[in-house]
Amino acid sequence: METYKADVVIVGGGGAGLRAAIAVAEFDPTLRIALVSKVYPMRSHTVAAEGGSAGVKLPTDKFDYHFNDTVTGGDWLCEQDVVEYFVSQCPEELTQLEHWGCPWSRTPDGHVNVRAFGGMKIERTWFAADKTGFHMLHTLFQTSIKYPSIKRFDEHFCVDLVVADGRTQGVVTIEIASGELTLIEARSVVIATGGAGRVFRENTNGGVVTGDGMALAYRHGVPLRDMEFVQYHPTCMPGTGLLFTEACRGEGGFLVNKDGYRYLQDYGLGPAEPTPRNKAMELGPRDRLSQAFWYEQQKGRTIEGPHGSVVHLDLRHLGEAKLRERLPQIYELAEQFLGVDPAHAPIPVRPAVHYTMGGILVDGKCAAPLPGLFAAGECSSVGIHGANRLGSNSLSELCVFGKVAGVEAARHAKSVAPGNSANLLKQAQAVEQRVVGLVRKSGGSERIATLRREMAQTMEDGCGIYRLAESMQKTCDKLDELKLRFKNVHIEDKSSVWNTEWLLAIELEYQLDVAQAMAYSALNRRESRGAHQRLDGYEARDDINFLKHSQAHYVADGAPRIDYGPVKITKSQPGTRAYGAAGEQAERERNASHV
Amino acid sequence: MSEHSKIIEIEVLRYNPETDKVPSPQVFEVPFTDDMSVLQGIQYIKDHLDGSLSFRWSCRMAICGSCGMMINGVPHLSCETFLRDYYPARVRVEALNHFPIERDLVINMEGFIKKLESIQPYIIPKEPRTLAQGEYLQTPEELNRYEQFSSCINCMLCYAACPQFGLNPEFIGPAATALLHRYNVDTRDGAKEERMELVHSEEGVFHCTAVGYCSEVCPKHVDPANAVNQNKTNSAMDYFLRFISPKGGAK
Ligand code: SF4
Ligand code: FES
Repeated sequence: METYKADVVIVGGGGAGLRAAIAVAEFDPTLRIALVSKVYPMRSHTVAAEGGSAGVKLPTDKFDYHFNDTVTGGDWLCEQDVVEYFVSQCPEELTQLEHWGCPWSRTPDGHVNVRAFGGMKIERTWFAADKTGFHMLHTLFQTSIKYPSIKRFDEHFCVDLVVADGRTQGVVTIEIASGELTLIEARSVVIATGGAGRVFRENTNGGVVTGDGMALAYRHGVPLRDMEFVQYHPTCMPGTGLLFTEACRGEGGFLVNKDGYRYLQDYGLGPAEPTPRNKAMELGPRDRLSQAFWYEQQKGRTIEGPHGSVVHLDLRHLGEAKLRERLPQIYELAEQFLGVDPAHAPIPVRPAVHYTMGGILVDGKCAAPLPGLFAAGECSSVGIHGANRLGSNSLSELCVFGKVAGVEAARHAKSVAPGNSANLLKQAQAVEQRVVGLVRKSGGSERIATLRREMAQTMEDGCGIYRLAESMQKTCDKLDELKLRFKNVHIEDKSSVWNTEWLLAIELEYQLDVAQAMAYSALNRRESRGAHQRLDGYEARDDINFLKHSQAHYVADGAPRIDYGPVKITKSQPGTRAYGAAGEQAERERNASHV
Repeated sequence: MSEHSKIIEIEVLRYNPETDKVPSPQVFEVPFTDDMSVLQGIQYIKDHLDGSLSFRWSCRMAICGSCGMMINGVPHLSCETFLRDYYPARVRVEALNHFPIERDLVINMEGFIKKLESIQPYIIPKEPRTLAQGEYLQTPEELNRYEQFSSCINCMLCYAACPQFGLNPEFIGPAATALLHRYNVDTRDGAKEERMELVHSEEGVFHCTAVGYCSEVCPKHVDPANAVNQNKTNSAMDYFLRFISPKGGAK
């Protein structure tokens, strides 16, 4: 096995990983950076983010407002000190991207323009038409080329971390083109592998979003925090789950049921007005909108389609010119995939899994409890999303915490001595035996695709928009069964070159671990909060017992152990989470009581 | 949920360097519905019929640029090309033209990445600015001059379409030229001269014979042929001006 010596290795070449790599390179150009990604960086799932990235911009806006929107949106399960840091850094980071060339959409006088987004009090979402993630990712990738100290390992699949003497000291990777394994030694490891939405059936995520990094950290004893909080995005394509950005509603789109009625007004989000009012109706937060869909479906007020019930996203009144300018990608998606011209017909939509709020437990400096290990972006739980993420906070998170993770990883790398190479190699060889064994073994009978399909179905059944103890328990049991059956998995492909079946098997194993953490965390949270909503006697938020972060600990060959950690409250005491007219009333009362 | 009532034949060009001397076709029968993309057809094969089939994909929505392949001889993104448009005839899928095949539908794209890296695809500021000074001002019209060229998803369909790249793999080609142009015309950038050196060189834009097929196949309306031709004109201008101007003629 070959060894490559780096100082910092970053796993994941999406927005957070690239931002971290650049941060290390700028912090100290002498540090050797290895950027490992299972796809070429511009294929990473950041590319699919559409609507925009949040950062205070208008003179009428304040950090405090962004803070309040985020903490309220997260149903108070946020680390408030981390949120405070986050909102204060967003504008600078987005400006940094501007300096690096990001084609932000502009106002006529040449300033960066901002648009409205769900759950945000003031327009503060920076956007590049409706391809914001695409442009941010390509800007970061292209900028990263400037730094000679960043050595990319494109299409290298990370199969394990190397932990020795109680600290993380490298990773083991498979070069996909050759099937060969490499040990990359490093004194700091940053995980930036994104979310795990593919464990669910209908989702907006790309095929790469399989929770790899979460599972890597988890198996080495790092808890996964708040994994029960999985975001359903309310406006997705039936069948494929492809995303129609929240910006459709930010630009003024309506959601209507089969009677053409803007049903959100029946769910505490009204009044219905002809133009969007921030934090009301279609600009409510995602959890509430997806929940309202579920109730409409129960009431028989949705429309039946070939891929299940739908409601209509109506953009017709915005007119073709505005749609082509502000939402060009949405326009093409609707035309090509659905045969719908959104200027002339409404788009059928339904909720689909979009985002994992939880992730690898890290502190405000992106450091995991395992020394030398850092994480940033969707794979991490730095504490800003709580029980429900606000749209456009995640792209900003990539930049703000990608940078933090890079700087902290660089500092750490400089502060510790290199490890014992012979010892690390021995460990890496053990990893090699294990993963090569998976492909070499014969006699298995389980098809990967079957296991994957059953996993995705049971996650949807038990951990959907509304949850019941009984169905969650079934999901937990099913996942236990699938983990057992995985031991009997069959890989037809025995070659070394581009053996994607082998990689799919490894990913599936990662996914089963992550799915278990989600399902068991959900079952154990006996309350309703944000994206975790129960209908079995735990319909209310329970701050006395559950204003806490859940932490899932890996148990080999068993169910995860769930315990709880404290939530950092600084200046926002948990209150009623209300939107629309009720939200404005609540805010007036809060302000009055502060005087 | 949806019923698979129709069956389409998908012919895939297979190649495994460890066992095959040359690529050869294999035909699969795939049940499909009208909303299924060619990518979904190939995924069906991998999941149900032959787990060893290799191909790249991720986003499923024509933005990550992974899934380009030849479909009935034409370069397409397989995720936004639909089986219904070929049925009842057989549909033929092959690795992208003009690239070395690594396996099945996977091509080697290292050469393309090297080209991207070589053209300095990042802002080299005309007037450096600190973060405290805020953003550069750029009007919507100024943005408009390069926005189209910044929409390239690096899918390489244009290379599979380009006869010159087919003849000379060193030719910088459509997408990399579009990207070069994207930075050259960005008001924040001041490094056009440096980049144009590359265009003057052997493998620069003069190779283009203005076939225009690259722009035709581009799924993102980047119109790389336009970028190539603008740079040809610029390049020719610069070439002559360099005899009379000490700075090479580039502004
Ligand atoms: S220019 Fe068009 S065809 Fe060529 S790589 Fe870019 S997006 Fe693809
Ligand atoms: S899968 Fe991403 S472009 Fe087709």
